[in-house]
Amino acid sequence: MNPGLPRWIYVPAALGALFVVLPLIAVAAKIDWSRFLDLISSESSVTALLLSLKTASASTVLCVVLGVPMALVLARSGSRVVRWTRPLILLPLVLPPVVGGIALLYAFGRLGLIGKYLDAAGVHIAFSTTAVVLAQTFVSLPFLVIALEGAARTAGSQYEAVAATLGARPTTVWRRVTLPMLAPGLVSGSVLAFARSLGEFGATLTFAGSRQGVTRTLPLEIYLQREADADAAVALSLVLVVVAAVVVLAMGGARFGRGPFEAEGRP
Amino acid sequence: MTGGLSVRAVIDARGIDVAFDAAAGEVVAVIGPNGAGKSSVLHVIAGLLRPDAGTVTVGEHRLTDVAAGLQVAVHNRRIGLLLQDPALFPHLTVAANVAFGPRARHHRRGMRAEAQRTAEHWLGEVGAADLADRRPAQLSGGQAQRVALARALAAEPDVLLLDEPLSGLDVAAASAMRRLLRGVLAAGGRSSVLVSHDLLDVVTLADRVAVIEGGRIVESGTVADVVTAPRTAFGARFAGVNLVSGRAGDDGGSVLAAGQTWRGSSGPGVTPGGAAIAVFAPAAVSVSRELPADDVNVVAVGVAELDHRGPVIRERAEAPDDGGGGLAADISAEIAAGLRLIPGEQVYFRVDPRDVAIRPA
Repeated sequence: MNPGLPRWIYVPAALGALFVVLPLIAVAAKIDWSRFLDLISSESSVTALLLSLKTASASTVLCVVLGVPMALVLARSGSRVVRWTRPLILLPLVLPPVVGGIALLYAFGRLGLIGKYLDAAGVHIAFSTTAVVLAQTFVSLPFLVIALEGAARTAGSQYEAVAATLGARPTTVWRRVTLPMLAPGLVSGSVLAFARSLGEFGATLTFAGSRQGVTRTLPLEIYLQREADADAAVALSLVLVVVAAVVVLAMGGARFGRGPFEAEGRP
Repeated sequence: MTGGLSVRAVIDARGIDVAFDAAAGEVVAVIGPNGAGKSSVLHVIAGLLRPDAGTVTVGEHRLTDVAAGLQVAVHNRRIGLLLQDPALFPHLTVAANVAFGPRARHHRRGMRAEAQRTAEHWLGEVGAADLADRRPAQLSGGQAQRVALARALAAEPDVLLLDEPLSGLDVAAASAMRRLLRGVLAAGGRSSVLVSHDLLDVVTLADRVAVIEGGRIVESGTVADVVTAPRTAFGARFAGVNLVSGRAGDDGGSVLAAGQTWRGSSGPGVTPGGAAIAVFAPAAVSVSRELPADDVNVVAVGVAELDHRGPVIRERAEAPDDGGGGLAADISAEIAAGLRLIPGEQVYFRVDPRDVAIRPA
């Protein structure tokens, strides 16, 4: 028990919790359960869901591949350039996704900074599935980097220093010490990135558009259905709520279910 | 096994410029106040820090030579490091931690069994064979430090660096670890450098002592020399004796320091008017409230702190303005009770000249 907490503080805390939970309940209450299966298994819905899962997985892999080295450089390097770059890299965290989409368009679009050369080379990114993955990666990457950077800072560099004095070359240190020690942070960071990618809307719509089966992910599908068939939108929303809940629970399990280093096998 | 360690390190940003050697099989203790640069020097030897100028040589091998642009990578130096924090890899078992070095050195597949055997051997050496299958989180501080020592030794370093390896341990664990270190440091003919704050570590483990103050080695010698005849304020405080530095009087049997004359028995090499120090044990100091009738070697001091060590009360006087440490006096509990000293009060310290050794600084 915490003896210091004043009793009135539970009132705003409860209000806040209610504010978060109530809309979710409202969605569940609004659902037409008799048609639920039909609604979520319509062709356009299934296509959108599969596209969402596929692109979110791809962008999570991209986030891990790029984000792990980024986080380690941010956590370990004392260089001034790195220190100044940090807020810039984390900018998408607070940037409105629509702005991110426009920025991506002017970088990789047909007339964009790099896009015009890619276009000349026959690579068309904008309004393709690749564009969806890029938009999702753009908004999710900072989440993974921030989660991992914190873990890397807590783990400290003395383990790496000791490993090096024991004769391990840098790649061995990275493989046998740095990565295993970051594993818990990596799990929660990639789960966060996956969840963020799954829900990405603004940047995707701006940069990738909304072509069924190509760029229309589940959030876009929900938004479109809301005009045509509100019941379908609500049913699909519940699907996203469930997917998000599974993701959060999985992360909770990885984090709190067991100690961070209990799962590692003996090498 | 090796030809010993030789270091010269200049780090401009920290104002560090030191040089010392450790012969094969020798343990050199590096002591000094916090922030003097002791750990930085260890990092230079280990290759974790690139000095602005200097060299690190182990036997025939030059590991760092700034002038020649040479800096052997940390993992190729064969220099072991034992820190205050054991820093065992938390995701590996104790056995895998100790096998880490041997495995990293010869990464061919066939060598894995041999790495395992080496790990078992060293775990046995430090008396931790029964801990092999545990996780670092399941070890006590003393056990973890023993495993860390086994891990460092299993990598067969030519030089072992010990950065306050006992200061995180409780008294019993530190004592057991000290006994263990004493055994392994003497064996094998490797050089060791020990950074410590503890007199007991230095007198039990080290052969020689170097005192670093303000980035320079201000004093070095055998442990016996530095402990019995310190030449610097830090060395004296470390050895637990009083040291006053000033100029030798005309008769050579006194030291003038900050307006006070200290009479004592003069050692060899004291020249009248030259820099000299007066050294005396806290136990030789008597404390009184009234000015003693015999005013030789009497000084008025403010009481800074009182501390007890066994049956003795140590009284430390306020430090003088010249930057030296305050004088210390050991008095019996009986006398302390009679005087009823309170920090801040003024008392008189008196030392019999026969207990004061005067030496050239």
